[in-house]
Amino acid sequence: MNFELTEDQNAYREAAEEFAAKEMAPHAAEWDAEQIFPKDVLRAAGELGFCGLYSPEKAGGLGLSRLDSSIVFEALCTKGDTSTSAFLTIHNMATWMATAFGQDEMVEEWGEKLTSGQALASYCLTESGAGSDASSLKTTARKDGDHYILNGGKQFSSGAGDTEALVVMARTGEDGPRGITCFLVPGDTDGVSYGKKEEKMGWNSQPTRAITFEDAKIPATYRIGEEGEGFKFAMMGLDGGRINIGVCSVGTAQAAMETTRDYLHERKQFGQAIADFQATQFKFADMATELTAARQMIRLAASKLDNKAPEATSFCAMAKRFATDACFNVVNDALQLHGGYGYIKEYPLERMVRDLRVHQILEGTNEIMRMIIARRLLADGALEQIK
Amino acid sequence: MKVMVSVKRVVDYNVRIQVKGDGSGVNLDGVKMSMNPFDEIAMEQAVQMKDAGTAEEVIAVTIGPAKAEEQLRSALAFGADRAIHVKTDEEIQPLTAARILAKLFEKEQPKVLLTGKQAIDDDANQTGQMTAALLDLPQATFASAIEFDGDKAKVTREVDSGLETIEVDLPAVITTDLRLNEPRYLKLPDIMKAKKKPIDAMSVEDLGIEEAVKLNVTKTAPPPEREPGVMVEDVNELVSKMKDKGLV
Ligand SMILES: Cc1cc2nc3c(=O)[nH]c(=O)nc-3n(C[C@H](O)[C@H](O)[C@H](O)COP(=O)(O)OP(=O)(O)OC[C@H]3O[C@@H](n4cnc5c(N)ncnc54)[C@H](O)[C@@H]3O)c2cc1C
Repeated sequence: MNFELTEDQNAYREAAEEFAAKEMAPHAAEWDAEQIFPKDVLRAAGELGFCGLYSPEKAGGLGLSRLDSSIVFEALCTKGDTSTSAFLTIHNMATWMATAFGQDEMVEEWGEKLTSGQALASYCLTESGAGSDASSLKTTARKDGDHYILNGGKQFSSGAGDTEALVVMARTGEDGPRGITCFLVPGDTDGVSYGKKEEKMGWNSQPTRAITFEDAKIPATYRIGEEGEGFKFAMMGLDGGRINIGVCSVGTAQAAMETTRDYLHERKQFGQAIADFQATQFKFADMATELTAARQMIRLAASKLDNKAPEATSFCAMAKRFATDACFNVVNDALQLHGGYGYIKEYPLERMVRDLRVHQILEGTNEIMRMIIARRLLADGALEQIK
Repeated sequence: MKVMVSVKRVVDYNVRIQVKGDGSGVNLDGVKMSMNPFDEIAMEQAVQMKDAGTAEEVIAVTIGPAKAEEQLRSALAFGADRAIHVKTDEEIQPLTAARILAKLFEKEQPKVLLTGKQAIDDDANQTGQMTAALLDLPQATFASAIEFDGDKAKVTREVDSGLETIEVDLPAVITTDLRLNEPRYLKLPDIMKAKKKPIDAMSVEDLGIEEAVKLNVTKTAPPPEREPGVMVEDVNELVSKMKDKGLV
């Protein structure tokens, strides 16, 4: 066992850092304040390979491991912008579902566009009445000859209204998870309409909108996998999605700590640098420890997913829960250590706190993570699998 | 044409350099190392020539420790076709580097050797010039624009008095300045492809090079700390303060 990054991983990280520092970081505050969705920058990221990191190569993806991908996402958040990078992770997740499980004809048409970032994708599971209880979703898809006709609505879809593709979970059969099917719905399909852009606490560089489907007709070839497999794919997508969201928290917390380190040395009160107070040092030490634990949890979960370990889902849920909680606390403590300056927008801390808050809520709330972990690990023999 | 680019592994430009306590040098333990930024500009120039069809083959060369292979991989990811690694754990000073590059130049017979005008570690700004002299070739240093026309290159140079344009016969040595271009971002697929491109490794002895007499570094010291300044009301106060300090 070896905990060091490989030469390749270092090279990916450096490439991502370089891009993030030059193309994202200088604009992050403006994107947040003006609610700008930087599609041009996402496309540029696509040219470097960041839009199809773990999508299959046959669809123009890079076929990287989840661990490699997590290192890229972390770097984009540390050196660039959390909200935009978080959207990129959702795009990667939805693109992976569409290209790994989609029918050849659809992948032929959409694969390269999605993996290159020419087309961006949203992931559409949540509904107004089906949040944590996602498998109770009500949006329907009715087979009509060579087509499916969708009716219903989605809530809180990241990117929706500005993305070209929607990966939609809809009901084709019985109640519960087994009646759900996954579809690729072109964003401009007749009968698809979008709600207003939600006013949010953070994640302001990407729009969040509700979607309404009124007799939205799509070719049957846009069905992803078989009927009834949709919820399974949605959950498989989220296993990786949780690593991605967790690592966005890790990358951001790393940036917060680096900023804080510099500030602690610079800022003087009571005639000395605040770094010289032992209370500050102990806080800083704890923050670094939590951050490191979070990063290792994420990398472990990614490795479990790459190796198809039996309890990979539990590892992903544990890592997401821990990393998003721990790193939220790290950035919040980083803000505290900046005093009043942490609270004003000239410094990035308040934006980091606002952006990281939602990571504890989406891709399954952290309460739902506990539910998943407990349900799985209370089962016979499961605990023995996490050794 | 065939283009050779020499690249050097140096401390990354973002790193805050720490001088060793005993003044014997700078601390390199665990410090991030990168391709010399001026060499990246040379690489970008070479790859642009390849994109434009002016260059058929780009060869990247480095002289340095085993780890310098990372910089060669970057060069290959940029778009170099193959690489040569002259391995050494010794510190290589400009004249020795120039002897090695001249030897490789004779072996490979490129039309042009491109390299950064200087490396940001020792800022010597000598290697390109010395290589040209050893090979008895024309040199065009501090290039901010390069145009190739048959067996000649028109090079705009950044000099103290402004811009100077000269014409050199090829083959020639050209050293690159900051404003020549903006190096591209490395693409992940290119990083992956770079792994499969060949690197020819050899030692300094393999090339039959004798190391030039070394300059001894007697002491390394950090720049003096900046003293806090004072705000002055007007020019008169400024002048009187400067007089007090004996500056005027
Ligand atoms: C900015 C933003 C972007 C989003 N992007 C997307 C997207 O791209 N695609 C998408 O499909 N969804 C997206 N979501 C939706 C997100 O995944 C849901 O908000 C989340 O899953 C929670 O659902 P809910 O909001 O309906 O809360 P609810 O499910 O109503 O939960 C309310 C509270 O009850 C708790 N709770 C619920 N059930 C249980 C239980 N059994 N035991 C204990 N506690 C429980 C929850 O943890 C939570 O604290 C996004 C949300 C936001 C805010």
